[in-house]
Amino acid sequence: MVEFSLPKNSKVREGKTWPATDGAKRPKSFRVYRWNGDDGETPQVDTYTVDLDDCGPMVLDAIIKIKNEIDPTLTFRRSCREGVCGSCAMNVDGTNTLACTKFLDEVKGEVKVYPLPHMPVVKDLVPDLTQAYAQYRSIEPWLKSDSQPTPGKERLQSPEEREKLDGMWECILCFCCTTACPSYWWNSDRYLGPAVLLQANRWIQDSRDEATGERLDELEDPFRLYRCHTIMNCTKTCPKGLNPAKAIADIKLAMVERR
Amino acid sequence: MSLRSPLGKVRGLGSAKEGVAHWWAQRMTAVALVPLLVWFVASICAMIGADYGAVRDWIATPMVSIMLVLLTIAVFHHAQLGLQVVLEDYVHTEWLKIASIGIVKFAAIGLAVATIFSIVKIALG
Repeated sequence: MVEFSLPKNSKVREGKTWPATDGAKRPKSFRVYRWNGDDGETPQVDTYTVDLDDCGPMVLDAIIKIKNEIDPTLTFRRSCREGVCGSCAMNVDGTNTLACTKFLDEVKGEVKVYPLPHMPVVKDLVPDLTQAYAQYRSIEPWLKSDSQPTPGKERLQSPEEREKLDGMWECILCFCCTTACPSYWWNSDRYLGPAVLLQANRWIQDSRDEATGERLDELEDPFRLYRCHTIMNCTKTCPKGLNPAKAIADIKLAMVERR
Repeated sequence: MSLRSPLGKVRGLGSAKEGVAHWWAQRMTAVALVPLLVWFVASICAMIGADYGAVRDWIATPMVSIMLVLLTIAVFHHAQLGLQVVLEDYVHTEWLKIASIGIVKFAAIGLAVATIFSIVKIALG
């Protein structure tokens, strides 16, 4: 049933306000979600102040600066810092995005930084993505083919066939879209979510794959696929500018086409 | 607590191998409802101020009776398909979900039959 009262850890307290450094020319304050499983406390929001004149241009630069210079206990994931690894996916200024490609200039006022919504939190800005990864594994994201290519040759694909994968191969599996989807919030135990469905479509549309029908069989389910109600949060939030909603629509069309 | 692996949980009972028919029926009834509702609303507006007898005569016209029966079928079929989705989305207690979807379906069938019976009764005098 719908839960009208929020669980204990959904209530966020006011946390610590860290003092600004002296002589900051362009101070910007950051409101950052903090929680750890060790002290038994409910989550809190800490306030940090960073001088933008002494900081890189991205939200991730500021968060790294906070960790290096103000509070080393702040915990988050990051790796490539150029939008190709998907590690630093988080909710910045109310929208899921990659902290490394989000310009500080784009945020008016204080910068609110929260973990990806509706996922269990491991610590601070680190969500537990175990289930999302298992869902990705469940669609068997690898080429399935019974015919063998000519020995020593690659599997051929026409330029038109290859073009069908554009807009899907670019997905870095940061799960910004999946965690922005209300259908996923309510039914994540059974609905696969936009990121995984976009990946499923990436294999359904691949001309080299020979398991298209089996892939559709596995998705033909009121929950796995049809929880998508074209809300479009996925497409709106995607930091790579992709269109998971269209990928899901393509799967639904393929389902009708094969009837 | 469950120690089942994440992949085992996700695979669960497997795919239901259905959902296309539901999705397609929802789109088809939606398409059918566009002309039917435009016609219905326009007709009702055209009869503002008409007395009971005039409306009864209108319903008894063969073409109107047929359109009204079609409208009734499309409306109730579309409504119960939509409500089923809402209940599946939000009701997570299994027995309550099955019971409420059942109630919606029975109510839709009951109301549709009652509506069609009324139209037919007027149409056949």
